[in-house]
Amino acid sequence: MTATHCPYCALQCRMTMDGPRVSAGELCQKGWTAGALLGAPDRLREPLVRDRRGGPLRPASWDEALDLVAARLRRVLAGHGPGGVAVFGGGGLTNEKAYLLGKFARVALGTPNIDYNGRFCMSSAAAAAQRAFGLDRGLPFPLADLDEADAIMLVGANVAETMPPLVRRLRRARDRGGLVVADPRRTATAGLASLHLAPRPGTDLALALGMLHAAVAGGLVRRDDLERRTEGFAAAWRIAARWRPEEAERVTGVAAADQRAAVGLLAGARRAYLLTGRGAEQHATGSDTVSAWINLALALGLPGREGSGYGSLTGQGNGQGGREHGQKADQLPGYRRLDDPAARRHVAAVWGVAPEDLPAPGPSAYELLDSLGTETGPRALLVFGSNPAVSAPRAGRVSRRLAALDLLVVADIVPSETALMADVVLPVTQWAEEEGTLTNLEGRVLLRRRAVAPPPGARGDLSVLRGLAVRLGRPAAEFPDDPEEVFAELARASAGGLADYSGIGYDRLRAGEEIHWPCPGPGHPGTPRAFLDRFAHPDGRARFVPVDHRGPAERPGGDFPLIATTGRVLAHYQSGAQTRRVPELAAAEPGARVEVHPDTARRAGLADGDRARVVSRRGTAEAVVRCTPGIRRDTVFLPFHFPGAERANLVTNPALDPVSRMPEFKACAVRLEPA
Amino acid sequence: MSPRRVVVAGYGMAAARLAELVRAADPAGERVALTVVGAEPRPAYNRVLLSGVLAGTLTPADIALHDRGWAERNRVGVRLGVPVTGLDRRGRRVRLADGTSLGYDDLVLATGGRPWLPPVEGLSDGRGGPAEGVATLRDLADCLRIRELARPGAPVAVLGGGVLGVETALGLAAAGARVTLIHPAAHLMERHLDRTAGMILARLCRAAGVRTAIGAAAVRHDPGEGVKLDDGSVVPAALTVVTAGTRPETALAARAGLAADGGIAVDDRLRTADPRVRALGDCARAGTPPQGLLRPAWEQAAVLAGLLTGTAPDARYHAGAPVTRLRAGGVDLTAFGETRLETDSADAEVISYADPARGMYAKVALDGDRVIGAIALGLPDAAAALVQLHDDGAPTPADRPGLLLGRALPPAAGPGPDSLPGTALVCRCNSVTKAALLRAVRETGGDVAALARATRATTGCGDCLPAVRRLAARRHETEGTPA
Repeated sequence: MTATHCPYCALQCRMTMDGPRVSAGELCQKGWTAGALLGAPDRLREPLVRDRRGGPLRPASWDEALDLVAARLRRVLAGHGPGGVAVFGGGGLTNEKAYLLGKFARVALGTPNIDYNGRFCMSSAAAAAQRAFGLDRGLPFPLADLDEADAIMLVGANVAETMPPLVRRLRRARDRGGLVVADPRRTATAGLASLHLAPRPGTDLALALGMLHAAVAGGLVRRDDLERRTEGFAAAWRIAARWRPEEAERVTGVAAADQRAAVGLLAGARRAYLLTGRGAEQHATGSDTVSAWINLALALGLPGREGSGYGSLTGQGNGQGGREHGQKADQLPGYRRLDDPAARRHVAAVWGVAPEDLPAPGPSAYELLDSLGTETGPRALLVFGSNPAVSAPRAGRVSRRLAALDLLVVADIVPSETALMADVVLPVTQWAEEEGTLTNLEGRVLLRRRAVAPPPGARGDLSVLRGLAVRLGRPAAEFPDDPEEVFAELARASAGGLADYSGIGYDRLRAGEEIHWPCPGPGHPGTPRAFLDRFAHPDGRARFVPVDHRGPAERPGGDFPLIATTGRVLAHYQSGAQTRRVPELAAAEPGARVEVHPDTARRAGLADGDRARVVSRRGTAEAVVRCTPGIRRDTVFLPFHFPGAERANLVTNPALDPVSRMPEFKACAVRLEPA
Repeated sequence: MSPRRVVVAGYGMAAARLAELVRAADPAGERVALTVVGAEPRPAYNRVLLSGVLAGTLTPADIALHDRGWAERNRVGVRLGVPVTGLDRRGRRVRLADGTSLGYDDLVLATGGRPWLPPVEGLSDGRGGPAEGVATLRDLADCLRIRELARPGAPVAVLGGGVLGVETALGLAAAGARVTLIHPAAHLMERHLDRTAGMILARLCRAAGVRTAIGAAAVRHDPGEGVKLDDGSVVPAALTVVTAGTRPETALAARAGLAADGGIAVDDRLRTADPRVRALGDCARAGTPPQGLLRPAWEQAAVLAGLLTGTAPDARYHAGAPVTRLRAGGVDLTAFGETRLETDSADAEVISYADPARGMYAKVALDGDRVIGAIALGLPDAAAALVQLHDDGAPTPADRPGLLLGRALPPAAGPGPDSLPGTALVCRCNSVTKAALLRAVRETGGDVAALARATRATTGCGDCLPAVRRLAARRHETEGTPA
């Protein structure tokens, strides 16, 4: 029996494994069936190489594959310089992998071109939390604190499907009539709420402004707290002053009375939380939208008060740790900034390199993918733990960019859609076959344990990075492949940073300690609740950020009268590369379905069960019509887990947030037609 | 090229918005040198929020539109407390009350509106202002004065039952004043509502403690006594608040020969007859007469900012359909478009619902499948949806009762497990159907823990526990379980 954690979302539920079988836990169907991933029939068990473009992938030895990759990388580096090579990581990688991947890019390749799929998840929430609090920890309080909440508002978060066990934490708020859910669909989560607000996609910022207005005009703001603990209320209020709830209603479609009721629930509760999810964040205005919700939370005095708070619900398994340790374009380990000279000196010293040898910040995920194989863009790409051919916005264009590379290398556990395009595929170990740490949505560091032996041909990602680094001329000692050793180095590199792990070690985690970062020394107990005494800005105060509604980058009208929004369904995870291979999950949700109001379907000449095309200015996605009266009539919903012609991202809009560089996954103009 | 000199006469909400948008389009002041001239001695404030000041939830500082340093930071010249008194169009100069003058390349008239005092004996002080014991409700000073006089228990008369009158009456009554609302027409808000809606609104006012005198005209105001009505009765009032509408402030334009009949007429570029002189907001008649609403003023400000800075030279203003909102106390009212068509209309499909006792009323007028007008009283959820349908020109939902009532219909109770078909999911987290659970009940004989082991139901979010318990209880039943 092995006590470990689920391979999927950021909730990282505890589970017990009996060999390859999940035997106990409080889990959703994905967790219970995760054992099937270990024995997936098409599991990659040996490296594959392609001898020529368009030719078949053929098995190869590890030495042959790694030699080939190193030789071709050297050729690109020689011809195009370090910028000719790019690295793309993932929010599912362990802390150790994310850390070593960043080091590999900056030290072994010397390239500024590294980013990861977390850019598509958490970047807006991260940017907004940094601005407001000086620190980005998804939930700056333990998840269990929600148990005691009288009121909880979820904005764009469908936890009943995306992380079902979290619903247990909503019990008390639900029983008190204090659960508010904002979502354009009546999701399973919205169905649990005492108040469901259904804003038009792309207008969440206006909703937050209307609610801030209602809070201030209703005399519900804690002025003493504002005075004592925050800066900038007046400027934020001057914008919100223009957004009477009646004005916000006109833009969002959410009744002014409901806006006031929601504010009343949050303000009237002794313990209240405001939580955002991707629905609020995955917009070209995502950072400002989250800032608007944080402004509301600050006005109501929630952050920094025990038993209340603001948080963002991290999505991917290691979405939190994955954004702290250097696989992000502008970042060094410990949540340090790559453009901060002091941070460069510290990390360079740990790595034994000169600070000036560290590259500058590089382009963000979509910009990086969009530039691949172009005149000025990278010629080679290494992908770890990601499937951008399905998950990136405007996926049709991204697939063409991937095809234009001189070299595409993919490390994965199964032949994902991106792996199938690669010149070299490296079979790596997964979750229950290896050890490693993850940092869950509450900033707690967890140790995943090995439950089974990996298949003979697979190697750990750390070992792959070490093998490549050595072939590129780096000393082997620079790239350890033992996770515990890598973690110890990560802890040193993070020391003194915002996300300080220096007091955390495998010994403490094995002993069962629950440690939330920052944990700045061996005897430090960790920090379950940040901000109780002070926020992380130098003066200890939180910041209101003056933000205004701008609206979605693409508005419906003309040939594209509807708004498409995307998201997850219970049975699948991310690009579906894992879950589509689990028979029970594939049976539960075999393919893409477009959720649509019966009125809207009828106008398009469609009925429940028909095959439909969802057409945007960028492409067409196919799906089966599922009629549901719970969705707005101007909105259709597409899950993003499916490949090929069913890729939701064939239609999505790559308009980027100016601060976080988050693409606008959650609102684009489409039409619906029979397939 | 030197920047164009733009002078804005007036520093109310429209002028403030225009100044902000001009600077958003031209932050460095390279295109436009902007001067704003305000008659009030303070920077612009948000008039719409005066009700909050009246209610005491907002302070005067809260409703300021600009902070102290705003003008300087944004390179806007602001002159306060000096009304524009004269306009020399040929010389392109305005004269200010302090004797100074300003030259302009473009002049924007944003002089706003002023409250109208009906010709009732004793209301006016003889100089156009309100008499002793009488107040209008337009600016901050009015508001502070009313707050002073309308103490709890004080008798107050509100003259005029339009939106502002009803809101004021309800607000003052909530604050403890003994309010009588006097309205000369046959029902309240007759410009916006039909008779039934007006009648229900009056009931709601009375339920909120406001006496009503509807269909009654005021004939005289006596300070210290109150308002005498045309039926001879007297409404006692220590304070009489006049809410009989506003008139566009057009004196300056009229003196300068820019015709001003019911507002300064402007074209879709907000130009008066003199292309160097523009107007916006409550003083301007841009297609339709000014409504005293904020949204048109802001839309006009956006168009004008684009034109004056040259950043949007093709911008044009088109008047949208105004939506009337009234919210005070427990009253929530929305009305727009065609509101007086009745259900027997030959011109449109009209649907209505009336529940006077509960203060609810809905009426929707349809042309084909487009909403052309609606009233929603006490049905805020329906109101929100109707306004969006109207704004978008979107087709009307097939569910007409839902259209009228919104979420006010009682939610259908979720079916218990007994009434579910066998194929229905009981545990969503683990895709467990009722049939699978019943099979497990037969096979394990089981308690809930055994069912959880066999099917994984209840192990995810835990929400199906009551349903699973109920199905588990069926092990005591005799045969005949449907599956």
